[in-house]
Amino acid sequence: MLYADTVESEVLVHKPLFIATVFVLVLSICFMVNLTGTTIGELMRPVIGDPLDSGLYGRFAVAFVIAIIFCLNIALIGFAHLKAQIAIVWLELLLLFLAFFAVFKLSLPFIWQNLPFLITQGVVTTLYISAISLVFASAIGIMAAIAKLSSNGFAYGIATFYTSFFRGLPLLMQIYLIYLGLPQLGIILNAVPSGILALSLCVGAYMTEIFRAGIQSIDRGQWEASRSLGFGFALTMRKIIMPQALPVIIPPMGNTFIGMLKDSSLVSVLGVWELTFLARTLGQATFHHMEMLIAAAIIYWILSVCLELIQSRIERYFARSKVR
Amino acid sequence: MNDTVIEARNVSKWYGAFRALTDVSLTVRKGERVVICGPSGSGKSTLIRCFNRLEAHQEGEITVNGIRLHGKMRDLAAVRKNVGMVFQHFNLFPHMTVLMNCMAAPMWIKGVPETEAKRLALKFLERVRIPEQANKYPGQLSGGQQQRVAIARSLCMEPAVMLFDEPTSSLDPEMVSEVLETMTSLARDGMTMVCVTHEMGFARSVADRVIFMDAGLIVEEGAPNDFFTNPQHPRTTLFLSQILKH
Repeated sequence: MLYADTVESEVLVHKPLFIATVFVLVLSICFMVNLTGTTIGELMRPVIGDPLDSGLYGRFAVAFVIAIIFCLNIALIGFAHLKAQIAIVWLELLLLFLAFFAVFKLSLPFIWQNLPFLITQGVVTTLYISAISLVFASAIGIMAAIAKLSSNGFAYGIATFYTSFFRGLPLLMQIYLIYLGLPQLGIILNAVPSGILALSLCVGAYMTEIFRAGIQSIDRGQWEASRSLGFGFALTMRKIIMPQALPVIIPPMGNTFIGMLKDSSLVSVLGVWELTFLARTLGQATFHHMEMLIAAAIIYWILSVCLELIQSRIERYFARSKVR
Repeated sequence: MNDTVIEARNVSKWYGAFRALTDVSLTVRKGERVVICGPSGSGKSTLIRCFNRLEAHQEGEITVNGIRLHGKMRDLAAVRKNVGMVFQHFNLFPHMTVLMNCMAAPMWIKGVPETEAKRLALKFLERVRIPEQANKYPGQLSGGQQQRVAIARSLCMEPAVMLFDEPTSSLDPEMVSEVLETMTSLARDGMTMVCVTHEMGFARSVADRVIFMDAGLIVEEGAPNDFFTNPQHPRTTLFLSQILKH
């Protein structure tokens, strides 16, 4: 939550001027786009006659109805409690989203038929590639961050070159370079290890910057107090600096991991049977492209939501020493 | 029997081209209470931060508890374990409870078992009169209480000497006295102390010796009575008139 002011003000969505502005805005946008051919136009047949022949009048009527419903909706939501508001907004957006999918006239049986394999093979592969990369990326990140903060020119040089290189190259190129380039040196890696290596190195480079920022955010006084008590570098880092840096690090770290979960789909170019690869190949054979892609998309979303939940749990855990 | 705890001989220190300390020599004997005062930027904090080598001196020699401090020393823990330090901004560990703040160093540095460390921590929290706050986090305490915890934290290592770096400078006026009282009672128990402070009342009643520094030099030193009533150096007189005016 932002720092709230104590001035009491009227609920925004109950201000007549705001409602009127929104109304005009929605009306004009809907009027500009011809919506008579949509489901709403069809529903309004009794009023405007044949939607496709209704002309400007029909367009206006449809836009008018949409604007009324929209304004009524936000005004009513304004009366609910905070929690209910959030729930309603989520529900409505979700319904709109489902309505959008319904337009594709997807073959649900096809989805149900392929879903088990998509999960047992695709999701499992995606998850273990991501999980292993996550561990490696964190380890690389913390080591490179310390190297970047050190006064050792050698370590600093390697760490800065590493982050520059792996943040600067597209992940797809890195995957190709590792899978196709390393064999030139006589190092032959299978598809899955190559993918994990590429993901770890790439995400590790981003994690480096996150860890560095977190470590630097801790007050010098903490180092001084630790030193004055006789703590060495490793002990100070482990027990004093990192526990305080973690709450700062967790949000961007969650961000990076959610990003990585989806970036793992790039490993599909190596023919690894992960979620995206399976979604593409299963759909292609029978021209059910959309079914499989949307199913995969929703699975990615669910996985990301799980990560978000884990992140908020961890954040709450670290918030306990912030009590005042 | 040699009872010198800290001996500094001709210590000089530079920050780049700026000379922060110039030929400072100072001896602190066991049980002695030394107060260092002086205008800001006079090098008094720098000096005591050299005593546990939070800062490195470039010339001269500092010996603490018989161990000579120098740059090639890999493990300063042996020295620091015997030198407690209290900071202006407390520098408590905000993610640990008060109790854990006190237990950490004995457990991790000296390898004291947990139950013994806890007993020790409670003993010293009792000593600074806040045992009831043991399970709170530093953020929940007032400034004065935090500083007393910081003192207890240092005491838990049972150091040979305590360094105080302007311990009351960031406190609200009404909390200054509770910290000074704690320090006074420590002094009464015979703790060797080096305090950088502007609390002249404390210096007058507790110190064995007052040292006045300016521009990185020790300008004057003497017993508090002589120092306050009969300062020898005009710079000291000026400083005292400024600080005691109100």
